[in-house]
Amino acid sequence: MDKNKIIELKGIFKEYNGEQVLKGIDLDIHDKEFVTFLGPSGCGKTTTLRIIGGFVTPDSGDVLFNGRRVNDVPPYKRAVNTVFQKYALFPHLNVYENVAFGLRLKKEKESVIAAKVAEMLDLVNLRGFEKRSVSLLSGGQQQRVAIARALCNEPKVLLLDEPLGALDLQLRKEMQIELKKIQQRLEITFIYVTHDQEEALTMSDTVVVMNGGVIQQIGTPQDIYNEPVNAFVAKFIGESNILPGIMHEDYKVEFAGDNFECVDKGFRHLEPVDVVIRPEDITICPPSDKVINGLVESVLFKGVHYEIMVRAYSDLWKIHSTKAPEVGSVVGIDFTPEDIHIMRKMESSEDYAALEHLNEQRAGTGEEAGTVE
Amino acid sequence: MRKLTNRIYIGLVFLFLYIPIFVLIANSFNASKSRTVWTGFTFDWYVKLFHNETILGSLLNTLIIALVASVAATLLGTLAAIGIYNMKKVTRTIVMNISYLPIINPEIVTGVSLMLLFVAMKIELGYVTLILAHITFCVPYVILNVLPKLRQMDRNLYEAALDLGCTPTLAFRKVVIPEIMPGIMTGFLMSITYSIDDFVISYFTHGATSQTLPITIFSMTRRKVSPEVNALSAILFVVILAIMIIMNVSEMRKLPEDQRRRAAKAAKKGGRA
Ligand SMILES: Nc1ncnc2c1ncn2[C@@H]1O[C@H](COP(=O)(O)OP(=O)(O)OP(=O)(O)O)[C@@H](O)[C@H]1O
Ligand SMILES: [Mg+2]
Repeated sequence: MDKNKIIELKGIFKEYNGEQVLKGIDLDIHDKEFVTFLGPSGCGKTTTLRIIGGFVTPDSGDVLFNGRRVNDVPPYKRAVNTVFQKYALFPHLNVYENVAFGLRLKKEKESVIAAKVAEMLDLVNLRGFEKRSVSLLSGGQQQRVAIARALCNEPKVLLLDEPLGALDLQLRKEMQIELKKIQQRLEITFIYVTHDQEEALTMSDTVVVMNGGVIQQIGTPQDIYNEPVNAFVAKFIGESNILPGIMHEDYKVEFAGDNFECVDKGFRHLEPVDVVIRPEDITICPPSDKVINGLVESVLFKGVHYEIMVRAYSDLWKIHSTKAPEVGSVVGIDFTPEDIHIMRKMESSEDYAALEHLNEQRAGTGEEAGTVE
Repeated sequence: MRKLTNRIYIGLVFLFLYIPIFVLIANSFNASKSRTVWTGFTFDWYVKLFHNETILGSLLNTLIIALVASVAATLLGTLAAIGIYNMKKVTRTIVMNISYLPIINPEIVTGVSLMLLFVAMKIELGYVTLILAHITFCVPYVILNVLPKLRQMDRNLYEAALDLGCTPTLAFRKVVIPEIMPGIMTGFLMSITYSIDDFVISYFTHGATSQTLPITIFSMTRRKVSPEVNALSAILFVVILAIMIIMNVSEMRKLPEDQRRRAAKAAKKGGRA
């Protein structure tokens, strides 16, 4: 991948009505990259995107395009285009005129416009819809028009704010594949906002996980999934068992009432940590004194696999397996040292505090200790 | 049974509302000057009407004033609505209430106070004062019609236009204005109707040479009601009716196809129930 930086955000802060919405965003976006902002509702994804688009001015910090500061450049002079969440198609114009809107502003010749619009409608599979009124199109078709309209200006960077949010699951999946294809074919940068982790993982080159106005982790989907930097990312990226633990020494951790070998090091002696184990990394084996033993509480068929809840002491483990043990039977919970992910506790983060609180509550009532979806 | 009672009731209401107007229209074709005896059908009163210089002069006044005042009120009202739309909530509420005041205020108070103001400012009562007065009471109607259209508009539309390369002014012209056009048109037509209709405020703000139609009719009826007035009123009624129908039809056209179908279906269902 071409490693030219096309957009840089440096120490961006933004406040609304006394509430800090962005707390120091630092981010480099490279040419031809598919970047996804992923995070829960209200974490500042849209605000960050709008700062890049030029619709919001940051309180402090710089926005750079190709190394040039553009804080004060208005949206209509930036080489980016946006696909808005609710499409924002112009209702008084038909499909053709919507797509041609940007070119008309540039006073292109009619023949040039016609050719370009046709090319764009081809790209989004909407040939033959030129004369339709946009208000009579289905949600998916409107979405395509919005994409064609934004791409018609040949932006260097396309911003997409939850573009598939309003579509049903089937259509979402199709559009995900199509968007990815379009991005690869046009070789431009996509900055994509979503709160759907699966969408983020399947489409992106780089995932930016945000929470509470702070970037939690930046990495490839594989990095983010396999090496989450903290319990928040682990929790957000997929279903996980998160257990409180204590690091005794390098490669030695205590949790769930036992000592385990692991592959992490560099922690203080007796440092409290979070231990994350993915449900699909756990294997169910016959009970023995070499593994944690527990009672099968429930088995739920999930299509590809079974979701098995096993109680061992006060902990409730979530396990994914293609074989279903019997409810009420005792089984062993087995995993390898590589499956154990050790994470530093995030003392300052409010959301982590919330997570902790939740875990304590669950432990207190004898519910799902340390298991978070 | 219940349905029948409902229908009779509605029928009676409409009857009482429209009987006076139908009596008037019928009388405008009555050959006799008497309002109680029907002596035959005639167009005479209409012919006479179109030879009455006073009436024609004031009709022209009314139309010119209505047109000028409505155009000005539409421009001002639209700009005001946009300003109000972009205000903070508290300011918006205050400003909106102030601008609706001329509607809520008794007309006679508006009329008298405008007259006092004009006299105090030493503006001679005449066309100018009439037009100013009419603009004053028309602006709220325009605001009232444009503001909801702005609220309905997706805020992102304006941003989308900027995003595609429009300067703020251009985005406004190419996207916002077309979106709120139905509201502007309704506001304009309402202004025209209210301006033609107005008597009380015009009465206090007109000059000797700038009588509007309602004022002329009023001064004519003070002597004796000439059947010409019937003819004139009939024409006015038909014209206003036509404007109302145009307004409603254009509103219907603006509804997207499927919405209209849904509305029609709902209406049909309601009719059957
Ligand atoms: N124009 C605004 N005025 C006031 N507060 C705002 C404004 N825009 C955003 N906020 C606040 O900033 C915070 C972050 O908003 P933002 O839209 O960036 O979140 P998001 O990550 O896009 O969330 P979602 O997934 O729900 O779209 C929210 O608390 C929101 O209420
Ligand atoms: Mg958002």
